[in-house]
Amino acid sequence: MTPAQAIVAKELRSACTSPIIYVVAAVFLVIFGVLSYIAVVNAGTQALRLMQIQGLSAKINLNDLVFRPTFYSSAIILLLVLPILTMRVFAEERKLKTFELLMTSPVGINHIVAGKFVAVFVIYLGMLALTSVVPVVLAMFNSFDWAPVFTGYLGLLLMGALFLAVGMFASAVTENQIIAAFLSFGLLLSVWLMGAMGSVLGDTPVGNAISYLSFIEHYDRLVRGLVDTKDLAYYASGILFMLFLTHRVVESQRWK
Amino acid sequence: MIDVQNITKRYGDRTAIERVTFSVNKGEVLAFLGPNGAGKTTTMRILTCFMPATEGTATVDGFDCFDHPMEVKRRIGYLPESPPVYQELTVSEYLTFVGRLKGMTGATLRGRLPLVIEQVSLGEVRHRLIANLSRGYRQRVGLAQALIHDPPVLILDEPTVGLDPKQIIEIRELIKSLSGSHTVILSTHILPEATAVCQRVVIINEGRIVAVDAPEHLSARLRRSEKISLTVKTPPPDFADRLRRISGVVSVIDPATGGAFLVECALGRDIRDDLARFVVTNGWGLLELHAIAMTLEDVFLRLTRHEEGLGERSDGEPPPEVRA
Repeated sequence: MTPAQAIVAKELRSACTSPIIYVVAAVFLVIFGVLSYIAVVNAGTQALRLMQIQGLSAKINLNDLVFRPTFYSSAIILLLVLPILTMRVFAEERKLKTFELLMTSPVGINHIVAGKFVAVFVIYLGMLALTSVVPVVLAMFNSFDWAPVFTGYLGLLLMGALFLAVGMFASAVTENQIIAAFLSFGLLLSVWLMGAMGSVLGDTPVGNAISYLSFIEHYDRLVRGLVDTKDLAYYASGILFMLFLTHRVVESQRWK
Repeated sequence: MIDVQNITKRYGDRTAIERVTFSVNKGEVLAFLGPNGAGKTTTMRILTCFMPATEGTATVDGFDCFDHPMEVKRRIGYLPESPPVYQELTVSEYLTFVGRLKGMTGATLRGRLPLVIEQVSLGEVRHRLIANLSRGYRQRVGLAQALIHDPPVLILDEPTVGLDPKQIIEIRELIKSLSGSHTVILSTHILPEATAVCQRVVIINEGRIVAVDAPEHLSARLRRSEKISLTVKTPPPDFADRLRRISGVVSVIDPATGGAFLVECALGRDIRDDLARFVVTNGWGLLELHAIAMTLEDVFLRLTRHEEGLGERSDGEPPPEVRA
């Protein structure tokens, strides 16, 4: 086991003993469940209305009526929930002075950052895996196109990873966990609003550049089933950039 | 093994340590002595590559702390001021994690873990959560953490804080047993600790080194005269004056209310037998006679209170290192 793997294992072990992960996962799953239930009920009433107009031949599209709204609302839940998952990652180490142990061990800061990121990502992956109950159950009663569901999950995965990277950065900046959570929440919301900012500026180079920065447009395309390298590159570069910033912040702590 | 040259560390415009220079030989135990806020922790943090110095160089085993931090970190076991423990892990889980962090392989770790647990006597709590351990146990877990990869250099920031007297003695014995094979720097503000385990003492005050020497040399060097305490049953009224007339006596402090006379005599002259004979032949009843050794406490207080002392410079120059 390399030091980085040891950090992943230790982070997962610590996370499992803390109530935070269970609360976060429970809140996320309950809200995800409720949202998809509402979407299914809405889809049902729409189907009834369609049948009144078109007769029994009417076919409802679960992809449009259930999955898309659920995926969109999930972005909001993740924005609220994931900062709680990442807030302790560095802030707690500094508060409890275990940071000094990490920094005086023969482990590169990039390994520490990577190890911690992988650990929170694995936890997030677990949460997402549990939401698969919804498509699986729906598949038993109705047929739908699986491809956009998969790309939607890919979008959730990438966007969540970006949220986690932003959250880790916020956690590295302060030793107060509440500030870390609030800061990452604020950062994510501002980036989200950049999409709206861009449309205010219209179809100008600046406007396009600003709306490109918002994660929501890229997510939108993935949810609609469009896999574009541009969007994948956006998430990959965003995650790497935030991890790089985290690295710099952790490094700079030594100079204070 | 450890060589520190003219290290200065500034936090903004506050200078934590200034031009600190000292070296530690292989197998030596060196104590860092100083009041709180003197710069002990700062110096240790620089040596462990936790933070870089503003100026100056520090090398451990020939590797510069700034240029080759990984090589230095591999060679150092460090116990910070507060033990860096994860409360949600058990003692053996925690030590395994630290071992892996230090790059130990599974096999060596399995062999080493029971040894270290034995060394700091953590056997009975090895499967308990650190959160449920007392301060003393946590301190020992911190010490075990520093020892786990069997580093040639140990840097211990106040290793006996929070321990009960029995544990303090155990830890001191442990540190003593490590000397020879390990190079140890420990900081403390408990003076008997320095005398008990260290070959050399660095006294640091307000970020500057005030003295470097063996504990016994320090007190000898500072001593300008020998002091003797003398208790006599029925001293004559002019006893003090009579004492002053004895050759070699520099001064006599009369207790006035009865009790011990404090006789100061010239350095290098032992006049205890003269004094004894003087009292006994006159039949005043000799009750007690003993030389007062200057303790490290006295040395420390004299050095850190800017009284005249060893290596004290008024022109702001750091004192040259005084070798034991």
